Amino acid sequence: MTSGLVDRHISFLEALRAAGLSVSLAEDLDAIAALSALPWDDRATIQAGYAATLVKKQTQRPTFDALFDVYFPRMVGDGVAGRRDDADAADGAVRDNAAALAAFREELADALAEGDEQAMLELAAEMIARFGAMPGRGPGLSSWSAYTAMQRVSPSELVDRIVQALVGDGRLDDEARREAGRRIGGFTAMVEADARRRIAEEKGPEHVANVAIKPSIDRLDFTAARRSDLEQMRREIYPLARRLATRLTQEHHAKRRGPLDFRRTVRASMSTGGVPLTTHHKPKRPHRTELVVLCDVSGSVANFAQFTLLLVYALRDQFEKVRAFTFIDHVHEVTEHFVPGADPADVLTELAASTAHAALWGRTNYGRALAKFEENHADALGPKSSLLILGDARSNYSDLNLDVLKRLSGSARHAWWLNPEHRRHWDTGDSAATRYGEVVPMVECRNLVQLGEFVHDIL
Amino acid sequence: MCARGYAKMGNMPQPNPWFSSPADAATRLAEAGYLADPTTATTAYLAGALEKPLLVEGPAGVGKTELAKAVATVTGAELVRLQCYEGLDEARALYEWNYKKQLLRIQSSQGSDQEWSATHDDIFTDEFLLTRPLLTAIRREEPTVLLIDEVDKTDVEVEGLLLEVLSDFQVTIPELGTVAAVRRPFVVLTSNATRELSEAVKRRCLYLHLDYPDAEREREIVTSQVPDLEERVAVRLVETITRLRELELKKAPSIAESVDWARTLVALEIGELDDKAIADTLGVVLKHASDQAKAVKELRLRS
Repeated sequence: MTSGLVDRHISFLEALRAAGLSVSLAEDLDAIAALSALPWDDRATIQAGYAATLVKKQTQRPTFDALFDVYFPRMVGDGVAGRRDDADAADGAVRDNAAALAAFREELADALAEGDEQAMLELAAEMIARFGAMPGRGPGLSSWSAYTAMQRVSPSELVDRIVQALVGDGRLDDEARREAGRRIGGFTAMVEADARRRIAEEKGPEHVANVAIKPSIDRLDFTAARRSDLEQMRREIYPLARRLATRLTQEHHAKRRGPLDFRRTVRASMSTGGVPLTTHHKPKRPHRTELVVLCDVSGSVANFAQFTLLLVYALRDQFEKVRAFTFIDHVHEVTEHFVPGADPADVLTELAASTAHAALWGRTNYGRALAKFEENHADALGPKSSLLILGDARSNYSDLNLDVLKRLSGSARHAWWLNPEHRRHWDTGDSAATRYGEVVPMVECRNLVQLGEFVHDIL
Repeated sequence: MCARGYAKMGNMPQPNPWFSSPADAATRLAEAGYLADPTTATTAYLAGALEKPLLVEGPAGVGKTELAKAVATVTGAELVRLQCYEGLDEARALYEWNYKKQLLRIQSSQGSDQEWSATHDDIFTDEFLLTRPLLTAIRREEPTVLLIDEVDKTDVEVEGLLLEVLSDFQVTIPELGTVAAVRRPFVVLTSNATRELSEAVKRRCLYLHLDYPDAEREREIVTSQVPDLEERVAVRLVETITRLRELELKKAPSIAESVDWARTLVALEIGELDDKAIADTLGVVLKHASDQAKAVKELRLRS
């Protein structure tokens, strides 16, 4: 390998580590060994080689792919596709005007209707080159914009044409519409990747790696998630619940040995002449708690509340009983939505619809909500139950009712508070994190990994 | 002492019996009826070329175990399989002393005036050793594919046991010394990811995530497994399966289940996969009542 390649390899690994993948030196050496064993004629082979040696968790794969595209780009500049533009220029055609835009959209519609991956890749590159360039911007600003290009070409307006073409191929209407949506989504991702590639070419891959690569879905903050991320996160909830449940059963089995069963031990010792070679134990009684969840569903933390409720719902077998309440400035019981076997998507919709019952004026007021809870639902808490409060403890500077919270946590067996904000934002503005945290232990819970760890620890 | 135990790796370079290139892996696996995508082929080739264990993760029924079997078939290697389960221990995975036989040996030597030390040396020899899959795979001189199935089902302690085997391909038996592999086996570990494996195990392995294949490949798999299926029905079947996987079901249909479905359709002589046919045979692919209800609702089978 030439030194340039080694440098690129090392900086690629550093970018991976910075993005949260734990790449050890041993794996680094494996990757080098893999690269020496692989043929270099296909970029996908090299990518597969790197992935096999460096990425050991599937959730990290999107991050890896994005970084690989930046450090080992598909092509440089306009690649060979640029030739066609030269031909156009020779004809005297302008590269970027209304006519060129219309012609480009024609071409794009055809490629999308065909579903031709290669053509779509080329068009994505051409689209950024022609419609996403922003010449003359100041230094330090990106000179290529996927956003501008998408706004100008707006491929989503082509959906109807693609659907028609697909229906023409004998597909059903619904099916065709979904497929069209999928293709346009794929094309959008290609355009964004191409913009990243061009920026990386101009400013160096490190720059892009620092600003443009999102953390993997299980480490993404609930509060920073976009719509599409939320959808993906929701799909992660059930696998997470299943993993947690398996882990819990295994761990409970491991420490299942209870006190010595004297009768069985003595009886078993008969066959060895009265010497108790093997001891027998009584099984331990499984201990299940009743869980009471009290969660803030105001706009700022609604996503977090939904995910936690969903996870609790998915794990309800692990609890004796689950009761859930939502609040903004008023308390509303939502336990009845958690029917066994219901579809999580439906549950979420119903929960969202019932949010209205949790608000009187619509301004978060923890103090009032706690007081209402004590007034109406104090019977929910008992010596066997655990109280779990979800929220950012931002109470719009209203009375905190710390006494009520003290009484509530005192009547429950355990109490925890999950806060979806980063610890450094606690106590800023109207957050009463520390003051509530003194009464009920407060835990930072920003992403699915932390949520999973917390739920595992309390069970 | 175990005679073949001390052959060190590298002393005698042996021809690598696995694949010569990623393309070679793809074509040869296809001959065994395993249609591998480029990533799978590349990773399988690397596992052979670098002689590192291959950890295959993915949902149930996407062909993780089949991959190991296919590698064994095309390379003419023997498959040694260790099925993992909760409570698996050293005695089942690695080796065990045949203590009954040892007892007999001691009893039979009691009459004679043999020294105790001689008897002691005698009963801890190869003859009294029961080898379990891991040790068997390491001691074999012919090409071997070692399949460690469903690693995630074991306890964490077994992972520690695997570490020595997977990194150095050697096993330490206190009475015999260290048994090193004469010839490194092609190791495939499979996992359904119900539990996160330890970093140490993952670091020693190459990693491959097998997912549901794209529509094109799945159709190829279905038609290669069930040649009697009509092309038109196969297309419709794969479309429906893809659609079902997009729904959030408790258990998404696996490749094995799409093949089963194809067989069912052939057996029932259904030549047209319309809504009624789908609704009637849905039980083959979806095994939960709530999943079926959801599929019927989403696909609008009975309106």
